[in-house]
Amino acid sequence: MAASNQKNVRIDLHHLTRVEGHGNIVINASKGVLEQCDLEIVEAPRFFEAMLRGLPYEQASHLASRICGICAVTHATASLRAVENALGVQNSPQTSLLRLLNLYGEILDSHILHVYMLVAPDLLGVGSVIPLAKSAPEVVLRALRMKKLAGDICGFVCGRHTHPIGMMVGGFTHLPTEEQLINLDERLQDTRQDVDATVELFQSLTLPDFERDTEYIALRKDDEYCFMDGEITSTDGGSWPLELYREVTNEFQVAHSTAKHARHQRQSYMVGALARYNINQDKLHPKARSAANALDLGTKTTNPYMNTTAQVVEIVHCVEESIQTIQRLLENGIKPEEPAKPSRISGGGVGACEAPRGTLFHNYVIKNEIISDANCVIPTAQNLANIEADMQVLVPSILDRTSDEISQQVEMLVRAYDPCISCSAHTLEVTFV
Amino acid sequence: MKSTDKPKVAFFDFAGCEGCQLTVIDSLQNHPALLDAVDIVQFREAMSEKGDDYKIAFVEGSCTRPADENRLKTIREQAQIVIALGACAHLGGVNALRNWQSQAEVQRYVYGRMAVSQDSYPARPIEAVIPIDGFVPGCPIDREEFVQIAKMLLQGRQLRIPDYPVCVECKLKENECVFNYGKACLGPITRAGCGAICPSNGVGCDGCRGPISTPNMEGMKIALAEHGIDEDVFIKQIKLFQSYQLIHDKRDVHGSQ
Repeated sequence: MAASNQKNVRIDLHHLTRVEGHGNIVINASKGVLEQCDLEIVEAPRFFEAMLRGLPYEQASHLASRICGICAVTHATASLRAVENALGVQNSPQTSLLRLLNLYGEILDSHILHVYMLVAPDLLGVGSVIPLAKSAPEVVLRALRMKKLAGDICGFVCGRHTHPIGMMVGGFTHLPTEEQLINLDERLQDTRQDVDATVELFQSLTLPDFERDTEYIALRKDDEYCFMDGEITSTDGGSWPLELYREVTNEFQVAHSTAKHARHQRQSYMVGALARYNINQDKLHPKARSAANALDLGTKTTNPYMNTTAQVVEIVHCVEESIQTIQRLLENGIKPEEPAKPSRISGGGVGACEAPRGTLFHNYVIKNEIISDANCVIPTAQNLANIEADMQVLVPSILDRTSDEISQQVEMLVRAYDPCISCSAHTLEVTFV
Repeated sequence: MKSTDKPKVAFFDFAGCEGCQLTVIDSLQNHPALLDAVDIVQFREAMSEKGDDYKIAFVEGSCTRPADENRLKTIREQAQIVIALGACAHLGGVNALRNWQSQAEVQRYVYGRMAVSQDSYPARPIEAVIPIDGFVPGCPIDREEFVQIAKMLLQGRQLRIPDYPVCVECKLKENECVFNYGKACLGPITRAGCGAICPSNGVGCDGCRGPISTPNMEGMKIALAEHGIDEDVFIKQIKLFQSYQLIHDKRDVHGSQ
């Protein structure tokens, strides 16, 4: 085999598998020098911001959830928060608790899908979860069982995970019953053994050893591990109120690709579970803290492959926090409430939530109850520059391996970010030569 | 049954949110045996292996650019049975909301000064490009209905899904009619099969499953008028999932052509 300083490598991965949405990876190295290393987004552009324009504000969350099947609840919630901030709506504590429980359900649903069905196959040497159904059925059944509970959390709270039905500006059109919440509480306590088994499984798996320090960004709050509202916070220091999100996201065009990238205090930044962990770890539930220790997540972890590990820790955290949240709701009893009303019919507002894969912003301007302008900044779009920066360091270090091995390592890197490509409303098709 | 008897199945996605494919994955929670009845040769979101000898193709998402047409034609040539999966593929769905604006304006608004001429045109259902053998309606699909349709396909039976309005299922559930709360509901003209899930959660039906074959538009207008609901509200509701039909089929909102 030629030494890496002589190697010519050409890798074209068309339509990455086991990721949500359509992306290609192109790697070109000549005589051991990396000339091109691109993640190209080839998802058909869907133009959601243009479609939100002209919509009555009441419909916004129902359209917004259709941006993505996995992050439907997060899109709907961020959309509602944007409208509520624009029109001065004060949600009741019950509404906020239910919204949070709904987000926990989606985080669980998405993370379980990702760790078991999208990432684990690579670590177990198979092409998908389907052969595991024969070779390790208890693992697959566990994943389906956990995922069903997560889906039911959202189903009971808002009618359906994909796509939510019962959430509206200021509240809910339909509330879960106390019996349903008690049922969830029991099942969540039962699922603890499945959660423990998940942590054990990941303790036994080996992730690639790759470090690259970058800026990590997530929402942060003083009183809890933040998934909704809060302030935008950076590991490089500083925090920003949501209204100033554009100062952080700075979307820009890059020469080689018509997909927009984001950068803040460095060339790129990362959002998602690892970023949330790095910024919010002091707010982890004690059980999640133990899991983080068992899985070697330190004070600041800079191995992007460990984004999946951080997701496992968030599975632990969200199960425990769901139990706490349900107990708080049951203590007060579920009360029928009219949705809180807007205090004005025009205004601008930003709503932000942590989607499973990172910070999501919806920003609307509303004039006389109609959305006149909309901007959505998607977590995966914010990660694109960071993924490429990682690839540019990773690929030269593994150029001496076979093309298949290089492809697999790079695909695993992209998968670790859990990209949600069809969410990326700001990305464009690239005509690739 | 020998494994060679298992029909080969593939899943494809175009412009959509992949929520319908996720619902397919979730349908396995209650029907894990479905995996044993088929040989999935291609399902990009869930597996790395890729086979091109499929007999049944489920297609999610709308056609939104010329390149999609070639992909659809390839799928049509290969598959014996092509099923549109979900509202985007079946009707055009929410993707067609942008068809009311000019392509140039939409691109300018989203991409600003950086707008380049993109390979993108008004969104359309896949049936606008290739003939299909059936559809699984809804946004997203209903997982139990998907399983029923899968069974019908595997048994070689004719596909039968309800052709009566959502109202029937709503009444069977003894829901109070949301019209009584002043909410516009497309239930009277929309295809049942979803268990009237939206009215059961306190919101009006938004027509994501498409109209029944003989929608009673006169009755619909009377119901709206009797409850003081402006026709404008009704039109905005129907635009969410049926913009393609309103614009391209030149069907007016009153159902006549």
